[in-house]
Amino acid sequence: MAEREHDVRELDRVTIRFAGDSGDGSQLAGQQFTNTAAVFGNDISTVPDYPAEIRAPAGSLPGVSSFQVSFSSHQIYTPGDSPDVLVAMNPAALKTNLPDLPKGSLIVINADEFTEANFRKAAYAADPREDGTLDNYRVIEVPITTMNQRALKDSGLPQRQIDRSKNMFALGVMFWLYERPLEPTISWINGKFARNPQVAEANIATLKAGYYFGETAELFPGHFRVPKADLPPGKYRNVTGNEATAMGFLAASQLAKKQLFYASYPITPASDILGELARYKNFGVKTMQAEDELAAIGAAIGAAFGGSLGLTGTSGPGLALKSEAIGLAVMTELPVVIANIQRSGPSTGMPSKTEQADLLQAMFGRNGESPVAIVAPATPADCFQMAIEAFRIATKFMVPTIFLSDGHLGMGSEPWQIPDIDDLPSLEIVPPSNAIGQFDPYRRDESTLARAWAVPGTPGLEHRIGGLEKWDVTGDVSYDSENHDKMTRLRAEKVERIAEDIPDVEVVGETSGELLVLGWGSTYGAILTAVLRAQSDGLPISHAHLRYLNPFPKNLGDVISQFDRVLIPEMNLGQLRMLIRARYLVDADGLNRVTGRPLKIAEVTERIQSLVHRKVSVA
Amino acid sequence: MTTDEGIKLTRKDFVSDQEVRWCPGCGDYSILAQTQKLMPELDIPRENIVFISGIGCNSRLPYYMNTFGFHSIHGRAPTIATGLKASRPDLHVWVITGDGDGLSIGGNHLFHIMRRNVDVTVVLFNNRIYGLTKGQYSPTSELGKVTKTSPVGSIDYPVSPCSFALGVGATFVARSLDIDTHHLITTLERAAHHKGTSFVEVLQNCNVYNDGAYREFADKAVRPDRMIEVDHGKPLIFGKEKDKGIRLKGTVAEVVDLSKGASDADVHIHDEKIEEPITASILSRMDYPDLPVAIGVMRAVDHATYDDLMEQQIQDAQSKDGTPDLAALLNEGDTWVVN
Repeated sequence: MAEREHDVRELDRVTIRFAGDSGDGSQLAGQQFTNTAAVFGNDISTVPDYPAEIRAPAGSLPGVSSFQVSFSSHQIYTPGDSPDVLVAMNPAALKTNLPDLPKGSLIVINADEFTEANFRKAAYAADPREDGTLDNYRVIEVPITTMNQRALKDSGLPQRQIDRSKNMFALGVMFWLYERPLEPTISWINGKFARNPQVAEANIATLKAGYYFGETAELFPGHFRVPKADLPPGKYRNVTGNEATAMGFLAASQLAKKQLFYASYPITPASDILGELARYKNFGVKTMQAEDELAAIGAAIGAAFGGSLGLTGTSGPGLALKSEAIGLAVMTELPVVIANIQRSGPSTGMPSKTEQADLLQAMFGRNGESPVAIVAPATPADCFQMAIEAFRIATKFMVPTIFLSDGHLGMGSEPWQIPDIDDLPSLEIVPPSNAIGQFDPYRRDESTLARAWAVPGTPGLEHRIGGLEKWDVTGDVSYDSENHDKMTRLRAEKVERIAEDIPDVEVVGETSGELLVLGWGSTYGAILTAVLRAQSDGLPISHAHLRYLNPFPKNLGDVISQFDRVLIPEMNLGQLRMLIRARYLVDADGLNRVTGRPLKIAEVTERIQSLVHRKVSVA
Repeated sequence: MTTDEGIKLTRKDFVSDQEVRWCPGCGDYSILAQTQKLMPELDIPRENIVFISGIGCNSRLPYYMNTFGFHSIHGRAPTIATGLKASRPDLHVWVITGDGDGLSIGGNHLFHIMRRNVDVTVVLFNNRIYGLTKGQYSPTSELGKVTKTSPVGSIDYPVSPCSFALGVGATFVARSLDIDTHHLITTLERAAHHKGTSFVEVLQNCNVYNDGAYREFADKAVRPDRMIEVDHGKPLIFGKEKDKGIRLKGTVAEVVDLSKGASDADVHIHDEKIEEPITASILSRMDYPDLPVAIGVMRAVDHATYDDLMEQQIQDAQSKDGTPDLAALLNEGDTWVVN
């Protein structure tokens, strides 16, 4: 591509937010930008934000959807607290996103959509470009709709179809502004519209038109370059948490040489996992779209009883519906895995927004004493490893295991260093041998306390299980009081023993000091970034992140005891804090935000400052 | 059925070591006995048979079968059976349920297992009462039923289990009677051999909380005149003297008296193979005293099963996409290398 001379400024990190009507294709533009940045060699981190409604009325505030991508020349752990650049496809997108924009940010607006009608829909009393609203920002107006129409006037496509391509024009402009190659997107378009070359050509034409517009229009003072990041050597791809989760469960089944059986009822933000796993039929993966959440876990338990890796996935309200059946899996000691991609609650809450408020539900949300194992991935890529861990623990200890992800992890993405298959953990499952004489279904392994996974089809192992209390060893129905006390303790002890089989929690920084910031789940990036900044200012602060929530890693008590104070940031009102306080009798402090959005680095920094009474300089 | 050693299995081989704990005189004993008696005739290895139940008196049955068994939670047996059968099509799966378990708390699951045509045999013990919780009215209790929870009579209309099954597309629908042991074992045998969901409603007496629920028409003395056995290809004739028949007038069934001038040609010939479920539904809804209560196989049609279709998709994908390669899958899409 012949380029004229332009000023090029090198930047360390840029965060762009694409925003528009949910039908405008902002998610797609954002994903393509991400992919291009990732393939180019930047570190990236993304967060989509979209309404629960598929297509709210065009131009309205509830209809705004956005996709934020942060790309950088160094390792980053979050999609950025706030964008440096906003691409606003209409006034509503401007209005809903402006509060997140620091003063001085760049705003690229689609000038064609800034009409009286659209101001009314966005509840703007006057044109925000003229009433001072945007005084503190750098605004660049691009007539995206008409430029796109002009680029495609000879395409032969109907008007509606043409207008749907305007996101590609906007993307082209951004590609020029940040000096990105077009090839990855062109090749994606050609693949996506392989059966419709006319549409493919149109999308490519407008993408290029946007790029050339940036180059020739002189609207921008110059463009920017974000050099490659210095990532650990290896082969990478960009993954969302839900994709990594699906691949992790698939990998578990391959490692265990067991069929994966996934039953799920559609629910935001977990539905992608069903869609992903349904693609793996050639791996023998069976998927079932169940009639409801209860059926989904019932089918997973049935599959586990039959010797498959029984899996179900859901989000908070669905976990509530599954609780009775999880209790059944506790009683029958079957290795079913429940993936809960948490969202804002209670009740239906805010389906497309994230939260971490199901921890106590996962721990205790069942009748009776019914302990389960709980693992929690820390980043989108980590979902892969923790999904394998969920099945490793479930099958080794014969215990239902909850995989506690959330909407931010599931929908967010980051580069994933593709693992070597040979480096993955072993999930070897030894079937019980045919019993000679009496088979006792509740006889336990001495070290793990797991009972044998005796599956139908094995002669001599015929046995009956169920939700009624069991006699120790024989598994017969029992109402004996002392036996019930013993069995209750055995089930609890079995889960406790998992601590012997999981890694210690690692401390980032010194192993003792003034403050330990302890987190779990998707707050990892914000906490780590805030702690690293504080550490570079010489503050005696460390970070530990829990990926195993039940049981806790066995060194956790010792780690905590080495710090004067403990801060636990969570996207809930203090659920991990309650568990830590109860377990270790430590007066932990909390940072608790339930905004439906990822925790911000600045929020963690501010709390750290207030606890240690010192300022942290912002990087 | 023979073991590896070539010894023919008998009913005894299917009796578990557990003491049966139903009330003396309960109709469940008969259903258990016929089920155990049927097992050796099926020629299926004992370890490949699984009984799955929900909650209720009936749902204790798996404990008494010396096969694999799963006594699950209230209403959910069809879900566990679906997961098991879909993941292990090689197994022979039975679901044991009741009028409360299957039609009240588990109605949705019973609906969907039949809609999907999962290849399992469902036996619904219909005693028209909640027995295990000591006598509350159930979804099949007659209107006005006086129980502890309906002291002045229930105001819920009852559902016909067989009509429900037919309505949701069950491919095999039958009804039998606990005290008619020959009919019961014959019906269970046909159900066991049917490919697809077979639904069998067994009219079962709860002698403690709903004694005599079917006495009016099922007592031996009156049964020939008040019940009718439907049999594929045969005319619907009943009565001690075989002198009464069922005629269909549009969607209305009526009794014709063959001794008083009605001809055999008026009598409906039962066809269990017809695809539309309306005629079977009419038969399933016949009720005493206006009409005789029907037992027998009302519908038996062949449709592809859920488990077969699922397996077929796997095989198709494997022949199309070749040997699965995890490493290739993980490396799919746009990748880049950092040196």
